[in-house]
Amino acid sequence: MKTLSKIAGISAATALIASPAFAQAGVEAADHTAFILNSVLFLMGGFLVFWMAAGFTMLEAGLVRSKNVTMQLTKNIVLFALAAIAYYLIGYNVMYPLGNWSIGSDETGGYLGAFGVAILEAVGISAEGADDLGYASTGSDFFFQLMFCAATASIVSGALAERIKLWPFLIFTVILTGLIYPIQASWKWGGGFLDSQWGFLDFAGSTVVHSVGGWAALAGAIILGPRIGKYAKDGKVIPILGSNLPLATLGVFILWLGWFGFNGGSQLAMGTIGDVADVSRIFSNTNAAAAGGVIAALALTQLLYKKPDLTMILNGALAGLVAITAEPLTPTLGQATLIGAVGGAIVVFAVPMLDKLKIDDTVGAIPVHLLAGIWGTLAVLFTNSDATFMGQIVPIIIIGVFVFTVSYAVWTILKVTVGIRVSEENEIMGLDMSELGMEAYPEFARH
Amino acid sequence: MKLIIAIIKPFKLEEVREALTSVGVQGLTVSEVKGYGRQSGHTEIYRGAEYVVNFVPKIKLELAVADSDVATVVETLAATAKTGKIGDGKIFVLNVEQTLRIRTGETGEEAL
Repeated sequence: MKTLSKIAGISAATALIASPAFAQAGVEAADHTAFILNSVLFLMGGFLVFWMAAGFTMLEAGLVRSKNVTMQLTKNIVLFALAAIAYYLIGYNVMYPLGNWSIGSDETGGYLGAFGVAILEAVGISAEGADDLGYASTGSDFFFQLMFCAATASIVSGALAERIKLWPFLIFTVILTGLIYPIQASWKWGGGFLDSQWGFLDFAGSTVVHSVGGWAALAGAIILGPRIGKYAKDGKVIPILGSNLPLATLGVFILWLGWFGFNGGSQLAMGTIGDVADVSRIFSNTNAAAAGGVIAALALTQLLYKKPDLTMILNGALAGLVAITAEPLTPTLGQATLIGAVGGAIVVFAVPMLDKLKIDDTVGAIPVHLLAGIWGTLAVLFTNSDATFMGQIVPIIIIGVFVFTVSYAVWTILKVTVGIRVSEENEIMGLDMSELGMEAYPEFARH
Repeated sequence: MKLIIAIIKPFKLEEVREALTSVGVQGLTVSEVKGYGRQSGHTEIYRGAEYVVNFVPKIKLELAVADSDVATVVETLAATAKTGKIGDGKIFVLNVEQTLRIRTGETGEEAL
């Protein structure tokens, strides 16, 4: 979602109109075609990113024990609904103030966006009634952006699985999707200070979406503590095996599919030959990076552990996807594969490293989204000459400090007020029965 | 009457069932169980951390037979369940005091 592409799209359309091949009557049609195709891109990208919510849900359902599956499913569908409402009520205008900053300005740098509910264009508008004829319909833009916001919350749910209480998690989701995510996203995609003053490049959100989810998850995992039985008294790690690897694998394939919308849609324009070709490059590069992540995780787990580890391969695919997200356009297919492969390698080394620190991340969300996200944001430097080292590293740090600190504070407040962790007895019994009274896989069906 | 309890490798179940049927066994109860013997499990790695699989999946067979059939049944069971590798399992033979067929009320060897 590079802000510049909006302007580039308009100028490309102007160039097209100016060419002799287009008669005067075609001018308006070409204009409208861009508006229509851009909106279609957002809607198509949006429903693909929506489907990622299903991917996260299946991945998490597969990697938790069977006694906690219903809880994981419940958290995922409710967090999506809450994100939709929070983004409508607060998030959208905080993220896209269109110059109406509450703190700062477009010129001096925007820091806090506008407050007000999202409002769509009227029913059945004409060209004159469009909010931005050179761009896309507001409805398609809102729909697309909302999906990114919800994806951020999905990242958090996996890391904290199998021990967090439902309601405090949902309260955190509202704060994350209504405020934390939109505020920092406005700094880049809303034209705020990271965009205007630092020249930060993060195409579809390796940092703005994935690392943000990762930072919030890290703060939560530290405050929440590890699952009972994960770490022995002598420091030994005791693996807690996932209950359904077919579901986890399906989840990763769904996420992989959804990522074409995530990255492809973030071109934000499809009304010119150049934009369509770019969207096509992005689809291909996104796919290549996931493949690189898979192969790296496969090879490394074979070498290190003598047997390939499917759960690491699944994480590797996602880490490859996260890594390419900051710049899926400029790399060649080979470069995209390598960027993804480094993401996959990061996962294989970071998962045991987090365990050494006794940070229990049930599904590997922190290595995948936070660490591969940081890598991907830095990897922009290799393929995009517009990126500068300071322009990448400083925003990574600013966003990291902001999201981690605020999340840490929110989790702490929730912990001391309502408590965030289920009782020891309930954790051992499983959250499905203790919190919900409903098993995902009833052992004995009643006929 | 004797109750024969056999712990075998799961993939041997079908072969054992066929062999037992061919020597006249008319009923069999099977459960999926986990356990360990002298082999005492094996080590695996999950997400970079080693763990011991203490309990290996096995199949438990239970069948009651007349005293005169015990030798044949045990022999057949042992022959078909055997692979010669570690973890082939065990066979236990227990005395049975009484048997009752619920439908008809028959008791003793009649009920087998």
